[in-house]
Amino acid sequence: MEVLSFLIPISLTLGIVGLIAFVWTVRSNQYDDPEGDARRILSDTYDDHPAEDEPPAR
Amino acid sequence: MSTTDFETEFETGAAACPGCSMASVAAQHARRQAGDQDETILVSLPTIHCAACINTVEQGLLALPHVKDARVNLTRKRATVHADPGTDPADIVADVERLGYEAHLLDSATLSGDAADRAGRDLLMRLAVAGFASMNVMLLSVAVWSGAEGATRDLFHWISAAIVMPAVAFSALPFFRNAWTALRAGHLNMDVPISLAILLALVTSLWETSLSGEHAYFDAAIALTFFLLTGRYLDHRTRSVARSAARELAALEVPKAWRVGADGDEKVDVATLSVGDMIRVHPGARMPVDGEITDGTSELDRSLLTGETVPVYAEPGRAVSAGEVNLTGPLVIRATAVGRDTSLHRMADLVAIAESGRSRYTSLADKAAKLYAPGVHILSALAFVGWLLYSGDLRVALNIAAAVLIITCPCALGLAVPAVTTAASGRLFRHGLLIKNATALERLAQVDTVMFDKTGTLTAGTPVLTNLEAIPPRDLQIALALAEGSAHPLSKALTQAARDAGVAPADISGITEVPGHGTEGVWQGQKVQLGRAAWVGAEPSDQTAAWLRIGDGAPQSFLFTDRLRDGAAETVAALKESGLRVILMSGDSPKAVQSLAETLGIDDWTAEALPADKADRINALSDQGAKVLMVGDGLNDTAALTAAHASISPASALDAARVASDIVLLGSSLSPLPEAIRTAGRSVRRIRENFTIATWYNIIAVPLAVAGLCSPLIAALAMSASSITVSLNALRVR
Repeated sequence: MEVLSFLIPISLTLGIVGLIAFVWTVRSNQYDDPEGDARRILSDTYDDHPAEDEPPAR
Repeated sequence: MSTTDFETEFETGAAACPGCSMASVAAQHARRQAGDQDETILVSLPTIHCAACINTVEQGLLALPHVKDARVNLTRKRATVHADPGTDPADIVADVERLGYEAHLLDSATLSGDAADRAGRDLLMRLAVAGFASMNVMLLSVAVWSGAEGATRDLFHWISAAIVMPAVAFSALPFFRNAWTALRAGHLNMDVPISLAILLALVTSLWETSLSGEHAYFDAAIALTFFLLTGRYLDHRTRSVARSAARELAALEVPKAWRVGADGDEKVDVATLSVGDMIRVHPGARMPVDGEITDGTSELDRSLLTGETVPVYAEPGRAVSAGEVNLTGPLVIRATAVGRDTSLHRMADLVAIAESGRSRYTSLADKAAKLYAPGVHILSALAFVGWLLYSGDLRVALNIAAAVLIITCPCALGLAVPAVTTAASGRLFRHGLLIKNATALERLAQVDTVMFDKTGTLTAGTPVLTNLEAIPPRDLQIALALAEGSAHPLSKALTQAARDAGVAPADISGITEVPGHGTEGVWQGQKVQLGRAAWVGAEPSDQTAAWLRIGDGAPQSFLFTDRLRDGAAETVAALKESGLRVILMSGDSPKAVQSLAETLGIDDWTAEALPADKADRINALSDQGAKVLMVGDGLNDTAALTAAHASISPASALDAARVASDIVLLGSSLSPLPEAIRTAGRSVRRIRENFTIATWYNIIAVPLAVAGLCSPLIAALAMSASSITVSLNALRVR
């Protein structure tokens, strides 16, 4: 059962990494135009005018 | 190689290579730093739907010299354009329309703060934390369920407690806050049993864990929070989408006016106008305020206010109301009433006294909550008291009370309505309908009578020539030549019809437009006139008409009718087919209304209806038990829109009418209407099914909980299974 002392911290750490990544995507406005982003990836032209990052409202 | 060639090549080179475009990003950044005075223009694009559309609009706009940056947001169907200072936003709209997309200008001031939806973001964070915690705790719980014992089980319980306590404190805060507000006001809402269940589960579980007990409900408490937050978030998102879109519609009317000053005209906000100001109203523009004409003659289109389609003659001394459209010549008016005092706003008073169909309606969710909240408390209190008396053990009794609360907790109920409304509004939005009100879907589903307004709702508000065949070719040629010199809607319609028929214009010299009257010129030495009946000496009729007079001959009439809105005929036919009663009420003349009613096959029609008549008719119908859907666009419809059980207005409607209605039709076609009623009916059926599913889960699991047979495993299974079934059932609406 000693293995638990590795497994539990590891699983928690991985979960927290995922949580932080999600929080980051929310804060950097990555869900502003989900439909548009899904379609743009299919377009041949290079997207050289990416959306402007607005600072997250606090 | 010439300089221009070189530049073109450089441009294409920059666009083709990803590396080079870093330069463009840097340049863009620099521009953003420097160009604070840049014009930021927001354009609504209701018809865009694909990757090609994004490209066409963005590339098309970027090709313009005065546009610095253009970005399309497909989700919001909107483009943000940064342009050189002084760019007229109307030009950008015209440019987008030239690219082949319907475009409307949005007022960016009205939309500010729209991007940062703080409440939504806050809920999403709490949801994420609850999701993270519940996944980890479930993992530990699975080990306990599959037989971990002794020290291992205690360790897992303690770790679960360490994860769940802070997670619940953060995630479930909205429920605690709502419950506390409700309790302080002395009544119960859904959040009271929710908060009680979560807190009680945590307390008993902590107690059990400290005594090395077998059952702990940490997983149930956090899973409960997670599912309920999901429902709450969906609900919030549907509302905020509707809210931001409604704000977008409000922003459609950019309220500007030209004030006549000592040193020329200046463009000002309508809000800054005051009584006595002189305002210039250009042809095609709307009256910003009530006033009196002091200079110029023209014709006025009053269809949005009264429903009449025949333009009215305008001359100095005549009173005008805000909302009327100036057709031919520039007018100068002196403001007599501004802002809240205008007739436009007085109409709002009529709306205020009309009892709203909306306020009479109790939503399905509210009805369920009213039954549910007291029931849950009574049930778990009874279980607690019963077990306390039977076993005399506080610990057992408390454990069972917590289990009952967790099982009965309205997890599936909290998802039942929001999941369906989210799916249904998403579907309707794709069909071009915007649901503004939370209960609009449920009310729309009950509709059995549909009342239409004529002008601007069933008709598109643009005239078409009807008696082309009856007009001698010579007259047509002369009329075409005269009509081409004018921007009047009737002239444009005449030009269009004659051109389509292959008519060549006659040779006419000295064409001049006489604002408010018509156009005149000289043809083979004779004076020719095309215009209003009175001007050319013809008998006025109640049908929209223009008259042509050659020399001293008898005037020839050109009759016009309002063009049907796209999909109007199909919509009326489909509504009648699905068994709905269709009524037409208009403020226009009997002849015009009758001919339209006959074209569309509507038997029940009323002409020359005053705004109050429409609302009265709706109230009379409601008293007879009918559920009326009002479809209208004009100011004369606002009272009726408010009084009706459900109401729809097209996006072209006046702001006041859109505010009064529950649902806004974003495209220009009426055809999504029957589909909307069908979808509404289907989603209400889904909501009821969801309630049934949730109730069955309770009926099966509650006796187990009361009998003390409910383990945390059963609680977790029942809760997850019912939530997932309900969500899947809701998705069937899509």
